[in-house]
Amino acid sequence: MKRRRLPVTVLVAAALVVTASCSSDKADSTSATKAPVPGAAPGNSASPGKGDSGDSKFFVQADYDRQSALLQATPQGPADKPWEQMLDPQQMVDTTQYKKDGPYEICFSNASVANNWRQTGLKNIQAEAGTHPEIAKFTVLDAQGKDDKQISDIQELAGKGCSALIVSPNTTATLTPAVKAACGKIPVIVFDRGVTTDCPVTFINPVGGYAFGRTGAEFLKTKVKPGGKILALRILPGVDVLENRWAAGKRILEQGGLDVVDVKFTDGDTAKTKAVVSDAIQRHGTIDGVWMDAGDTAVAAVEAFEDAGKKVPPITGEDQQQFLEVWKKKNLTAIAPTYPSYQWRTPIIAALKILKGEPVPKEWKLPQPTITVENRDQYIKPGMPPLHYAMCGCETLPGYPQKWGGK
Amino acid sequence: MKAATVTADERERGDVAVTGIGRLTPTRRFLASLRAGAPVYVLLAVLLVALGVEDPTFFEPDPFFAFLKRSAPLIVLAAGQYLVIVSGGYDLSVGALVTVGVVVTAETYHAFPGAHWTVVVALLVAGGAFVGLVNGLVTTVLRVPSFIATLGMTLILEGAVFYWTQGSPRGILPDDFRTIGRNTAFGPVPWAVVLCLVIGVVAVVLMRSDFGRTLIATGDNARAAGLAGVRVLRVRTLAFVLSGAAAAVAAILVGGFSGVSAQAGRGYEFEAITAVVLGGVALGGGSGSVVAAMAGALSLQTLFTLLNLRGVAKAMETTVQGVIVIAAVALGALDWAGTRRRLTAYVSPLVRHLPLPSRNPRGEQR
Repeated sequence: MKRRRLPVTVLVAAALVVTASCSSDKADSTSATKAPVPGAAPGNSASPGKGDSGDSKFFVQADYDRQSALLQATPQGPADKPWEQMLDPQQMVDTTQYKKDGPYEICFSNASVANNWRQTGLKNIQAEAGTHPEIAKFTVLDAQGKDDKQISDIQELAGKGCSALIVSPNTTATLTPAVKAACGKIPVIVFDRGVTTDCPVTFINPVGGYAFGRTGAEFLKTKVKPGGKILALRILPGVDVLENRWAAGKRILEQGGLDVVDVKFTDGDTAKTKAVVSDAIQRHGTIDGVWMDAGDTAVAAVEAFEDAGKKVPPITGEDQQQFLEVWKKKNLTAIAPTYPSYQWRTPIIAALKILKGEPVPKEWKLPQPTITVENRDQYIKPGMPPLHYAMCGCETLPGYPQKWGGK
Repeated sequence: MKAATVTADERERGDVAVTGIGRLTPTRRFLASLRAGAPVYVLLAVLLVALGVEDPTFFEPDPFFAFLKRSAPLIVLAAGQYLVIVSGGYDLSVGALVTVGVVVTAETYHAFPGAHWTVVVALLVAGGAFVGLVNGLVTTVLRVPSFIATLGMTLILEGAVFYWTQGSPRGILPDDFRTIGRNTAFGPVPWAVVLCLVIGVVAVVLMRSDFGRTLIATGDNARAAGLAGVRVLRVRTLAFVLSGAAAAVAAILVGGFSGVSAQAGRGYEFEAITAVVLGGVALGGGSGSVVAAMAGALSLQTLFTLLNLRGVAKAMETTVQGVIVIAAVALGALDWAGTRRRLTAYVSPLVRHLPLPSRNPRGEQR
């Protein structure tokens, strides 16, 4: 028999498909109450906070309180070099045991360069290393976002005679044993994401995720009327820094009486973000505020509102050039909490301090500035590429702006 | 009654589509071509009505054209995919090709910020056609099954993109390039919709030409077509070339719509195949209309929009697609007459006395 060409069979197929999709509709809307993304069945206004109860393990009140305090604290150190500053250093580590003569080989195990923030950061750390003549060699291994690759990278670097090892871990728990093993051989400096061991000589990071999430949420609380619909956009689940941002953001939005109608993951991708925001506008009619756990894709979110013919609601972004420019050009109601990429300079400074026997804080907390409409324009750097992160602290480094893609 | 319809339709969609349409008057030809894909138009109408009920504002100009604009890349990809499928192959590489198109465009603008958009668009379409040419030659000359050839091409392209961009593409797409995918041509009508209409017309003309007929004949029976003088290898290769070019056009639309993204084309290959299947085009080739395939794409996008409005999780979209493909292909391949006979014999001898409306449509036809 030859193949059949019966339109009627296809019609039946189509009918089955429609039935199937309808039944999947129902299946989903019944479970919508406990799903992290509340459904928008007619007349069933989504109730915020029922979803993702799992985030409580990412919310520690004491840490939240400390970060809130640090956000207000006055940093120690030179005011024009925030990457050398420290906030409330509670415990200084004696590093005389690591003291040795140069020249040094500094090694760096990088989690990935999979986003523009990390690309800006990598240029910062390379340029910073280049400014110190006592660093004879700066070796970087890129784990390409893979835990297993980073574990072997750390093993390799720890065994090849580096003077000090800098680690920006890909994930927290999985990388901990590898960092622990390296601690026994050479001084280790961890920055950006953390590990669950205190064996590194110092852990460098800005104030933190709670403060970041809180800044954006509190801004929305003041700019959006009570009961307003908030769309929360997150990159991906499971990374402590990002989970902390959302844990704080969610609490404040809900306490402020705002209605978080959707929480969506965007993978930090513009195409996905635009689709997600367009869908949300379609589904909810209006969105009164957008909270983002990172600003890479804020411009795509802004475009989705424009293309839908809607006014762009209050939105939280980040210190990315193109967002700052759009914010200014379209006169948006916006704020940009930052996770400053100048923190990539600090590990080199810390490594040299350690190798020279100077004390460093056990936890080196860097200031975490916020860009508001008042100070925004000073961070718009003409000639810098759209995806550049303004809070790079790289303007005084050799090779700026060309190395960062600027003119 | 049912049997009569089936037979008539079958004739329209099968041999008539290849050889007979030319003899009909334009009106009848139009009706015949519509009937050829009748189920998908019914499906599309049902879905659109459902969407209108769910969201009464949907048919206002702004939301409706926004919807068409979002559907445009898939419609273009479905047209390209149709050409390959109807000639008896598959093109799984179109999703990766869209991603590569967007990323390469961004890199091009990164290196040459002042490049004129027409040059970039021309290069992009040429590049897409070239990838299609490679797919076609690997399939025809090296005799690698198209499924494997284009799957391999997907991996090659995805790996190359990741290697090149490290997962994060550089650069941005300037506004003049993005106009086609994002802005309106006149009134509320977006450029994307105009482009879709143009591609639709080109595709219909193409399928009416000698090339179109030989393409369908090749998909129906490559051996017979070859014996009848069709250059099978050349026709099949050309189908891949056109699919590659369509993917490049889709990349222009997607890039224009969203901007730079390293996952711009993710999932599009399967959506395009689903759309073509939904349009009633037989996998394995030989039958189906390109307009129906494009309507299939619009139906799929309508279904996705409906699912979104109903609050169905995005993740369910792929599940729905899987169900559609399996159900449509399985039902299309089902031997209704045979099944009926077996069923009748099995259930009860009593039923055998009942008239069998669809005794054997094939028997009647041939």
